[in-house]
Amino acid sequence: MSVESLVDAPATGASPIGRSVPRPDVPPKIDGSFEFSNDVSVAGMLFGATVRSPHPHARLVHLGISAALSTPGVVRILTLDDVPTRARTGHIVADAPPFVDGVARYVGEPVAFVVARSQELAWRAADLVEVTWETLEPLTDPDLALTPDSQRVHPDGNVIRELCLERGDGPLTADVIVEGTWSTGRQDQAFLGPESALAMPDVDGGVTLVLATQDLHTDQEQIASVLGLEEEQVRLVMSGIGGAFGGREDITCQVHLALAALATGRPVKTTYRRAESFLAHPKRHPATLRYRMGADRDGTFRFVEADIVLDGGAYASTSGPVLGSACYFAAGPYRVPVVRVRGRAARTNNPVCGAMRGFGAVQACFGIESTVDLLAAELGIDPIELRRRNVLAPGDEFPTSGQRVGPSAPLRELIDRCTALPEPAPLPGDPTHPYDLPGGTGLTTDGEHVRRGVGFALGVKNHLYGEGVTERSVATVTVTANGATIRSAAAECGQGIVSALAQIASAALGGMPVEVEPATTEAGYSGSSSASRQTWMSGAAVRQAAAEVAARLLTDAAGRAGVTPDDVELVPDGALVGDELISLDELVGDEPIVATTEYRPPRTHRGDPTTGQGDVHVSWMFVAHRAIVDVDVELGLCRVAQVATAQDVGRALNPREVRGQILGGITQGIGLALNEHLETRDGHVVNNTFTDYLIPTAADVAPVEAALIEEPDPDAPFGLKGVGEPSALSSTAAIAAAIRTATGAPVHRVPVRPDDLLT
Amino acid sequence: MSDAMPSALEVAITLDGRDTTLEATPATSLLRALRDAGATATTGACEQGECGSCSVEIDGRVECSCLVPALVCHGSVIRTVRSFVRADLADALAEHGAVQCGFCTPGIVVAAEAALADPEPLTEHGVRESLAGNLCRCTGYEGIIAAVLRVDEARRDASGRERTG
Repeated sequence: MSVESLVDAPATGASPIGRSVPRPDVPPKIDGSFEFSNDVSVAGMLFGATVRSPHPHARLVHLGISAALSTPGVVRILTLDDVPTRARTGHIVADAPPFVDGVARYVGEPVAFVVARSQELAWRAADLVEVTWETLEPLTDPDLALTPDSQRVHPDGNVIRELCLERGDGPLTADVIVEGTWSTGRQDQAFLGPESALAMPDVDGGVTLVLATQDLHTDQEQIASVLGLEEEQVRLVMSGIGGAFGGREDITCQVHLALAALATGRPVKTTYRRAESFLAHPKRHPATLRYRMGADRDGTFRFVEADIVLDGGAYASTSGPVLGSACYFAAGPYRVPVVRVRGRAARTNNPVCGAMRGFGAVQACFGIESTVDLLAAELGIDPIELRRRNVLAPGDEFPTSGQRVGPSAPLRELIDRCTALPEPAPLPGDPTHPYDLPGGTGLTTDGEHVRRGVGFALGVKNHLYGEGVTERSVATVTVTANGATIRSAAAECGQGIVSALAQIASAALGGMPVEVEPATTEAGYSGSSSASRQTWMSGAAVRQAAAEVAARLLTDAAGRAGVTPDDVELVPDGALVGDELISLDELVGDEPIVATTEYRPPRTHRGDPTTGQGDVHVSWMFVAHRAIVDVDVELGLCRVAQVATAQDVGRALNPREVRGQILGGITQGIGLALNEHLETRDGHVVNNTFTDYLIPTAADVAPVEAALIEEPDPDAPFGLKGVGEPSALSSTAAIAAAIRTATGAPVHRVPVRPDDLLT
Repeated sequence: MSDAMPSALEVAITLDGRDTTLEATPATSLLRALRDAGATATTGACEQGECGSCSVEIDGRVECSCLVPALVCHGSVIRTVRSFVRADLADALAEHGAVQCGFCTPGIVVAAEAALADPEPLTEHGVRESLAGNLCRCTGYEGIIAAVLRVDEARRDASGRERTG
């Protein structure tokens, strides 16, 4: 097993950059003292429960709350009539009412919010709210939703976004042409910590929320808008986040709780149950990707034509930018002279979809990589060799946008390093443990019909938002006699942003101890912990602020010693001038040294309205995955034997945490490849429990071999790249490819089902 | 369903070595009763025995506390992560990157210590099996498994017991 290699030997040298420094949140998470958002409580608090639509499409005829309201212990029931504005939520497109407004558009859409003295009472009373519905025909087929005469799911229409990318003039012809249609499942983030928050009324008529979110300020803006408050009257305090993966970018309970706190004048808390959580947050879009692709006989790619349809569900959430990501990565990390991509995100009465790790690029990767494998088979060229001949290199034009690729694009190295990683032991003829075979402890196979397949895939995605979205992050660094503190609104979801920011500040301050204050909206805007952006963005802001503070400390120390700042060195407990230490206490005294800076990365632009061409991204992350999968070809059961990966990380700030992101993302990739799909029938979710929605367990995951490729990005602080998403991009596609090799089945969809593999 | 809530009863337990009184109705799970009493070290992610986050030891047996009615625990000795956490396992988990969001971690610690109590040396397969009832969405499990194996080996070395070949 290769897991011992995860423990890094301590790096030498003073700088904490590149060292696997400990994270301050880890010890309390291990001993149980860490406070998650559902652990928060205050005296006298009330509890809320959400009444939800049981129908994917229905007219709300009557809402009867008197029986529920007269239940002992029930304090208040909030409905749309209690909302002071007509504002909608949605941080890209504000299109979702806080409660069903006339028509329910998906199963689980909130209808009312019951406030009671205990959580149990609130849930029971929620069952007593009488809702009369006139059920309507649900529209659940995204292709049908996009036809011109389709019924409209929402007044805004059924097309959330359409994007066409056109590059190159040549005809869509080539020596060899392949076609394929691919589809992907509706993956849920399935973070373990359920949605939960506490809202408290403030004396100024405002409200304070203690919550778990990926973006404090975006939540603040939406809550204030619906409540008709000034943003300053809505104060958000970050609590412990029990995982996120994109699933905490949208409003779920926040607005209801804020309304309830203001309506009752008391603190109000709610915690969702798992079945409710599955319905409440947007998830990964199911996608249908129709491809044509052509190449010369020698394997040189000539064109990619793709038509992509995403099922966005009833409300927009982040469907627009997810579609952008799906389209811009539809041709993979390849040189392709002629590209035609048409993408559409459709509204349906299915569950709402939005952000999940990989953000549209996962679906696109499955599409392009599966198509490249078809082409390799048709050409008779080894699929890895075909990729090697066509990958982007620095200075090339990005295939979908025409944007110039910068110096950090080590694709050939990724391929070489990934394919050189050791392979697992051969398929055991006499397995020692059922876990070594497909079906595991189900003992479904004796191994006789097990075949091993190897698959390979490349992934690409931008980090940071892109497409012209304003991108900035603010951070404050303060030095007192006790050391340094950082104030930042960046969300710690478990990825390690808190220790990353501390590392960066400490590096600029001579190794000084650094504490990170709890994140609140009182800190400047940091933007979301998403899009593989936060370490880059808030890391750069912290680095600037710490550098300003350091410069002032050096100048002060130089002034005292009568030397120039160049003669001074910052050390953990002060400043050194020659052999003489000036302590922090002496240097700082009673007047803390504070710097607040705003970092803005290179600007991006919205693509040309007709062709989508332009500098739409700051830069890209690249990754390679090789999957080895054992398949019982008689039963259609799969077991991933190993995943090897080479990932382009720019510079690994904290190698242990980088590897953690790699392992976690691959595991979610295994989930999407083999199991994870939130199933619906006529808009009704049928598997919204952990009994039926299966995420990988310790018995399912495969050993991972990982190589980190450090090719610094010149625009990024320390040259680092985002590391959260790449591991989830192409692991799924590589597993699907391995299953094809093992079985000969076409594997047109993920998750793969046993009956897809049986002939 | 009755509209009236059954009134709460008192449940006397020993919780992590201290006499504690919980309040519960017949419908209240041990997990909920613990958390309502402020014992929030034990988390819960599914309330149907699938995720293992809420694992505690009840009278010597590790159980999902979400599946156990609090009322049947009257008189029981209950140990949560607060009792189980030991420095060697905590250090190994931290060093192996076995903790990200941390929501599953208290349950993992309880399950891991139960596995480590096995008199036989642990194997990788055995650890996987022992932890297969504890979902983790962040880490991919490898760091957790490696940490448990390392602690098992170190404890055996320390106690001078026979090691595996």
